[in-house]
Amino acid sequence: MSVLTALFAGLLFGIGLIVSGMSDPSRVLGFLDLAGLWNPSLAFVMGGAVLVGVFAFSIARKRTKTLLGSALYLPNSNRIDRRLILGNLTFGIGWGLAGFCPGPALVSLAAGQQKALIFTIAMAAGMILFELAEGVLRTKTVRS
Amino acid sequence: MTIQWEQFTPWASLAGGVAIGIAAAMLILFNGRIAGISGIVGGLLRPVRGDVDWRVAFIAGMFLAPLAYSVFATVPTPQIDADSPLLVIAGLLVGIGTRYGSGCTSGHGVCGLSRLSPRSMVATAIFMSAGFITVFVVRHLVA
Repeated sequence: MSVLTALFAGLLFGIGLIVSGMSDPSRVLGFLDLAGLWNPSLAFVMGGAVLVGVFAFSIARKRTKTLLGSALYLPNSNRIDRRLILGNLTFGIGWGLAGFCPGPALVSLAAGQQKALIFTIAMAAGMILFELAEGVLRTKTVRS
Repeated sequence: MTIQWEQFTPWASLAGGVAIGIAAAMLILFNGRIAGISGIVGGLLRPVRGDVDWRVAFIAGMFLAPLAYSVFATVPTPQIDADSPLLVIAGLLVGIGTRYGSGCTSGHGVCGLSRLSPRSMVATAIFMSAGFITVFVVRHLVA
């Protein structure tokens, strides 16, 4: 059952990205280009999503289990540290360079876009590089 | 500031945003998980037993989206201006940055803002600002 709800959530998420125009990098860059021809549409994507999200998470916050009775994981970190700042700075630069963030890249890849494949492979490589670097650092900390 | 009116689609964008919000609502209320794409993908790169199925199912659902959409309408062709070297650099930065900063547009943006999390608000402000500045530099200073 939980696999089916996750599958349907992913499907709806992907359709939302297509309908909203978020899966098109030229529109994302149009939103980020404040000094050029600005396209404010993507602010409406975030607005629509957060509108529903605020309601959903206010319900989730009051629960300890999901509606299916399984464990409910809500992030509990409040740390605003170097990782958060440098990580999001790095992500934002990459986002601004090509107009792709992870979700739209996957949907464009699924739509058969070759350039999305190049981006997604590089993105996965970046994630693996990060895991490897973390692994090395962790081992060093344990040894010392 | 000049608005690109011919590309301005407030209703479609709002409707798509609501769909994304409902998807995030489903994932937290039925699966107990945050709909953060970088986190969902990243979690598969270091798989933990019992924590793989929902991730694969969610990504499979995303992959089915263009197909499902095509039943009702023609899937719009995205315009991707970046060339291959730029796509590789951008992809690496997005991959490293989202894992180091624990989230992306969906995890910190949609879900974090919905949770009213100060940490995610800071994260969103940073990646949005970095995006604005990057586009400004690329389009108006370098070009």
